[in-house]
Amino acid sequence: MSPVADPLPPVTLEEAFGPNAPVVMFDEVSLAFDDKVILEQVSFTLLRGHTKIFLGASGAGKSTILKLILGLLKPDSGVIWVYGERIDNMSERDLLHVRDSLGMVFQEGALFDSLTVRENVGFKLLEETKMPLPEVFARVEEVLGFIGLAEHIDKMPSELSGGQRRRVAIARAMTAKPRILLYDEPTTGLDPITAITVNEEIIKLRDLENVSSIVVTHQLRDAYYIAEHAAHRADGRVIIERADEDKAEEAEFIMLRDGRICFEGSAGALRASPDPYLRAFLS
Amino acid sequence: MLKVTTDNWLKTAVLEMQEYVLLSLRAIRYCFSSPFYFRDVVEQLEEIGIGSLAVVVLTGFFTGAVLALQSGFTLDQFGARSMVGRLVSASMVKELGPVLTALMVAGRVGSGIAAELGSMMVTDQIHALRALGTDPVRKLVVPRMLAGTFMVPILTVIADGVGILGGWAITVGQLRVASSVYWNSVVDALYIQDVWMGLIKPFFLGFVIVSVACHVGLRTSGGTQGVGRATTNAVVAGSVAVLAVDFFVTKLLFMLMY
Ligand SMILES: Nc1ncnc2c1ncn2[C@@H]1O[C@H](COP(=O)(O)OP(=O)(O)OP(=O)(O)O)[C@@H](O)[C@H]1O
Ligand SMILES: [Mg+2]
Repeated sequence: MSPVADPLPPVTLEEAFGPNAPVVMFDEVSLAFDDKVILEQVSFTLLRGHTKIFLGASGAGKSTILKLILGLLKPDSGVIWVYGERIDNMSERDLLHVRDSLGMVFQEGALFDSLTVRENVGFKLLEETKMPLPEVFARVEEVLGFIGLAEHIDKMPSELSGGQRRRVAIARAMTAKPRILLYDEPTTGLDPITAITVNEEIIKLRDLENVSSIVVTHQLRDAYYIAEHAAHRADGRVIIERADEDKAEEAEFIMLRDGRICFEGSAGALRASPDPYLRAFLS
Repeated sequence: MLKVTTDNWLKTAVLEMQEYVLLSLRAIRYCFSSPFYFRDVVEQLEEIGIGSLAVVVLTGFFTGAVLALQSGFTLDQFGARSMVGRLVSASMVKELGPVLTALMVAGRVGSGIAAELGSMMVTDQIHALRALGTDPVRKLVVPRMLAGTFMVPILTVIADGVGILGGWAITVGQLRVASSVYWNSVVDALYIQDVWMGLIKPFFLGFVIVSVACHVGLRTSGGTQGVGRATTNAVVAGSVAVLAVDFFVTKLLFMLMY
């Protein structure tokens, strides 16, 4: 069933699906740069509080998908819904407001290098809201503490290591409490310990704050970790442990190949897949 | 074959021009609506204005000095050495002050803007800005454009003044003309239309330099190499645009004022 009701009156996803509407939905989205086809009729659905993990070779179009969700790129054809609004034909002005519910961690961090860590992390609150300064800085310190970088608050991005920059980027994406977080290779180039910290951050945001997540990664180990762990609170402490089967089903893997989705399913299904390309990719 | 490449070239040029005009119009429109990033405007006024002061003062001084030297030599042949002031002030205020200041700013500020916006483009910072709900045109282009448009005229007035001083130094020091003769001659040559012309032109030149640089910077692609290309393009295109716009605005002002 397709929610595409154009050119009839616009239908929101809430109306089409009820309160349990998908938060992100691609319907036959295609995109080409010049003559090069990047995405061909890609469709998928992300439900509230769930996780999508995108795998695929370098250049497969994973970052492109995230940019499409943010409206930074426009598809050549197909329909994209984000939080009940159709964004593929939306003006930049309206998009600014849709992006309020989205947070994005860019592949290379994309920190503003003329601003300090504090100003980077607080950017959205400082520039686009009327929140008083002390409150902004309290929130900045909170998220930096979360991610273990409190002592670097007054440094410039150029004074940080690659992994620290990545974590500042994660902090910046979560400051304004978005409802959907997009992570573009959040653990690539991090040491295993820091990678686990980042994975746990993603899990905590998902399970405790009900943030829906899309994770692009080449690190299978991290992908499985995110898919197969769950966080919950007990006696005021956060516990992260292996998820039961139902919970693990909420994380879905999507494998891109030649512009199309060549696999979609849970971690268990991915492990069991006999497809030779997948096997080559996973080994 | 040749026809195909010419066609392509023409198409790219027209598209590029269209993008440039759209960006400029958008930036002008954004000056009058919120959100308006006031702090960034102040920052850019300082960066473009104060930052360019030294180079503009030096350019102005030496231009005025060499004008006095050259015209002194020529005027001597007619026994009209006392007219040096006229030549210096007329050429400085009408043409050389505005154009040379604009060219220096195109070199210093245009390259800086293109490099900054270009590297923000290739490192996804512009995307990050948009993802955080900030319009890069409002946040980056508008403040620079305002600062350029209002600072270049001020810098031009300073260059004019310093240039006339440079002329004075040579006229009095080397050509042995009395100070009062020089100053009288300077004032004699300044008609009110000329002063207006010299004041109006720099607004256009400042706008063109910065808007070209912003446009070039925001269209950067191709990594650090692309940033290098964008920087060069911004200076070259900016300088050519300064001379072209100077010509057309001068022509227009002649039609309107004289
Ligand atoms: N602005 C652009 N202009 C032209 N081609 C582009 C542009 N952006 C991306 N591409 C092309 O689109 C393809 C997909 O790019 P994308 O960044 O989405 O890849 P990716 O799957 O994220 O790869 P990686 O794992 O290396 O990050 C690449 O082949 C790239 O060359
Ligand atoms: Mg990528």
